[in-house]
Amino acid sequence: MIRFIVRRLLQSVPLLLVISLLIFALIHAAPGGPLSTYLENPNVRPEDIERLRRAMGLDRPLGVQYLSWLRAFVQGDWGFSYADGRPVLDRLVERIPATLELIGVACVMALLAALPVGIIAAINRRFDRVSSVFAVAGISLPVFWFGLLLQLVFAGALGWLPSSGRTSFDGGDVADRAAHLVLPATVLAAALSAAWSRYLRRAMRDTVARPFMRAARARGLSQRTLLLHHALPNALPTFVTVVLLDISMMASGAVVTESIFAWPGIGSLFTEALGKRDYAVLMAFLMCGSIAVMVLNLVADLAVHALDPRTRDAA
Amino acid sequence: MSASAYTGVPATRAPLIAGVLLGVLLLGAALAPVLAPYAVDALDLANRRAAPSMRHWFGTDELGRDLLTRVLFGARVSLAIGLVSAMVSAAIGAAVGSIAGYAGPLADDVLMRITDAMLAIPRLPLLMIAAAVLQPSVPVLVLLVGLAGWMETARVVRAEVLSLAARDFVSAARAIGASPARVVLRHVLPGVLPAAAVATTLAVGRGILMESALSFFGVGVQPPTASWGNMLYQAQTTMTSEPWLAIFPGAMIFLTVLACNAVGDAIGAATS
Repeated sequence: MIRFIVRRLLQSVPLLLVISLLIFALIHAAPGGPLSTYLENPNVRPEDIERLRRAMGLDRPLGVQYLSWLRAFVQGDWGFSYADGRPVLDRLVERIPATLELIGVACVMALLAALPVGIIAAINRRFDRVSSVFAVAGISLPVFWFGLLLQLVFAGALGWLPSSGRTSFDGGDVADRAAHLVLPATVLAAALSAAWSRYLRRAMRDTVARPFMRAARARGLSQRTLLLHHALPNALPTFVTVVLLDISMMASGAVVTESIFAWPGIGSLFTEALGKRDYAVLMAFLMCGSIAVMVLNLVADLAVHALDPRTRDAA
Repeated sequence: MSASAYTGVPATRAPLIAGVLLGVLLLGAALAPVLAPYAVDALDLANRRAAPSMRHWFGTDELGRDLLTRVLFGARVSLAIGLVSAMVSAAIGAAVGSIAGYAGPLADDVLMRITDAMLAIPRLPLLMIAAAVLQPSVPVLVLLVGLAGWMETARVVRAEVLSLAARDFVSAARAIGASPARVVLRHVLPGVLPAAAVATTLAVGRGILMESALSFFGVGVQPPTASWGNMLYQAQTTMTSEPWLAIFPGAMIFLTVLACNAVGDAIGAATS
């Protein structure tokens, strides 16, 4: 088991190197590179820019710059935000709890919807038709538009819920925070639950068609026992894998949802940094997003391991 | 999200409706100059910020421009970006996938690691940085969206190529002395077409979503050119007073992506 984890972690090292190279190359392809903010500022003299360029080591060959960036990154020195001069790592870390809260609640909501819908759709044809229309619609929904519509209806016209932020200015009690969570979490959960209910339906269908299910049914087991104790455990490994991989790609969803609802997480930190061309923050964000994908890939493998006894010997 | 999320949708008339809808959208975009009730930059100063009415079906914006006209012209930009970027993705994906699947384990390993790496980088944020850095024109934007979306196709094509390459008719072609390029182009790739078609249809919808997301953040298609995404971007600040400015362009994005996904599903169901 530990050997498996170590091997997987070692395999992800070259992948991360490729990713970091791609990101580094992109950011340095910018006209003016990381200094472009200063180039656009008429108050900064050319000689100042030259001085900054040398101070930040931007006059060295690109390969050298990359290696020194990489060494610092591995040591936890992620540079300083150009926007406010604070360490990038600090800025990211203080935003992470809000994002985890949002994603966590959205995932729970999506699972609560997807589990019953996926299971019932696998066995009931009429329900399947209706739910599949909603599922394809949910997958096709532009997140930012859906967010704006919810704001318009529930925060604007009806005035039931706050339209943005994580707490009110004076607030901060549980009810206030929950009210702020409803709309952004719903937006994130909509697309996820649509996709997940489809995956689960498919995995359940494949399982229900297998001979052992017919044998169990022939033994006179109830529909409930059949589904929950025989089919679901078999469908679960594939489903859990897909769910974890989807969660790992939440960085994109968080960027959109957080900036619409002014949710103070790393997604809105990204859009702020993009507006200021704060490259140190942007780069750290992309690296963290990629690392999250890889870590959750590993977690997915381990989860399948735990859920499916048949895979244990292979490792 | 991957194609497997959709497969197995029960047979209904939905794909037909979706296909007709896509056809109507394409026609509407192509004929925009004829169909649009007003000139694309015509200002109706007496009716600025007007709600939908008989005179302006979709209402007007802060300059008194007719929203229906802008939505029609925006369709040209948004659909073109979706279609062309999907073709760019399909071409790169087919090339990467067939080389990885046919050229041996070394090429396979290298190409698939690059594909994995590209898939691991958060796509929308990456595109947002690229677009902010390069400030692309529409053609460059198409290229960027296409470059960011070939990985799914590459994986699908590789899997198909691997399974087809083991079949007897491919061995036979090789046995009579066909070159590897000929074997791939004439014997293997035609068999990959159905799967690639599904991936490409889904990529059209994804491309439109990407363009609109980029434009929504102000780094995609730049005004005065109208795209559905940048119309939403401009509508954002006046959402409460002029909601129609956001509702119609967003609904167009939604319907178009929905139609692409439904058609992609149908192709997948019909060919598998």
